[in-house]
Amino acid sequence: MKPIKELNPQFLESKENKQHLINYLLGVADNYLILGQRLGELCGHGPNLEPDIALTNISLDMLGQVRSYYQYIAQLRGDKSTEDDIAFLRKEREYKSVLLVEQPNIDFGYVIVRQFFFDVYNRMFLGALQQSADETLRALAFKGIKEASYHERFSGDWLKRLGDGTEESKTRVQQAVNDLWIYTDELFHTTKADDAMIAAGVAPDMLQLKEYYYEKVGELLSIATLDIPEVEYFQKGGKEGLHSEHMGYILADMQYMQRAYPDSKW
Amino acid sequence: MIQNYNISQELLDVLESVKDPEIPVLNVVDLGVIREVIVEGKEITIKLTPTYSGCPAMDVIGDDLERAFAVHGYTTHIQLIMSPPWTTDWITERGRKALEEYGIAAPLEETADKDVLLNEKKLVKCTNCGSQNTKLVSQFGSTACKAMFQCEVCLEPFDYFKCLK
Repeated sequence: MKPIKELNPQFLESKENKQHLINYLLGVADNYLILGQRLGELCGHGPNLEPDIALTNISLDMLGQVRSYYQYIAQLRGDKSTEDDIAFLRKEREYKSVLLVEQPNIDFGYVIVRQFFFDVYNRMFLGALQQSADETLRALAFKGIKEASYHERFSGDWLKRLGDGTEESKTRVQQAVNDLWIYTDELFHTTKADDAMIAAGVAPDMLQLKEYYYEKVGELLSIATLDIPEVEYFQKGGKEGLHSEHMGYILADMQYMQRAYPDSKW
Repeated sequence: MIQNYNISQELLDVLESVKDPEIPVLNVVDLGVIREVIVEGKEITIKLTPTYSGCPAMDVIGDDLERAFAVHGYTTHIQLIMSPPWTTDWITERGRKALEEYGIAAPLEETADKDVLLNEKKLVKCTNCGSQNTKLVSQFGSTACKAMFQCEVCLEPFDYFKCLK
């Protein structure tokens, strides 16, 4: 696929552009990190063996992808920071992940709905990112989308199975849909850094895909015999670093080793 | 993808001595992850395409390559090449055979792969008895690259190496 725009070779010589790119990349990558961590919590706790293995496989894909983004950020920074510093040594406000991915694993229904809402977005996003003006991002998108489509198939299948399953599974998964719906809009929220990267052709303008996103999600919810919630107000904040109370616990868990034993290696 | 690495047989032997740690019958050449090998005196640069983003085997393969060449007095530099991304088409014929003998069904072509992973067609051959009457147990398996199948005839559970394209 061809980039929509060629990147001006001097683009990254501007400090401002570079900082915007770094912030944009963090916004993309932190979603994978936090969702990967959330899914990792389920290792050994899945409802039975197959979903347990599937969820941790997906977690592994996300953590693998996030490494490539953090390595790219470290390279752009050009200082001594490494992918590990970026993953483990930031403070809560410095993480730019959306609120959706930090939502807790209340039950299997919540896990699947959170995953499905993210997967549909992620596949569209990576599809569009394949036309980025940035060569590294094009490569990451091309690689990531293969995994993302597989994830979407998994979460979509389970959503149908739970929605169109027993009365109990339907009630619970509908509850999850109702509770998590308010976090979907933030996926399309743009920060100042995002806007700058969209203008430069580095980032896809996801706002243009928003309608299509809700169409896709709605289509599957109706196949799953689930209702689309009607809400007036959507939650946002994560992309600007304003997280819910869940985030601190995730970071405490995730960062403990690096904080307690700085620079420790596996 | 048939690769000609343009290196001596001795160095090719060293390269082929490094196996995928999760599938010890498959060496890195047969796995199709080695893009290029550049030898300059006692320095070797190996360009490597990772399979799955999060595959922990990749780090181990890098370390194993360094160790294998160090024995022969070489310093190894590993370079990761992300584009074009790795595909299961790059697994060599010899590699596919090794997988089958080890008990892992080799990847089918893309359309067939989709059909079996949606459980719509029975095309994966049981690695134990050869029957095609097999069913998908789980889309995800013990590693990122595999799915779980079971033979309906001999009841053998086995791994299927998923097609990645």
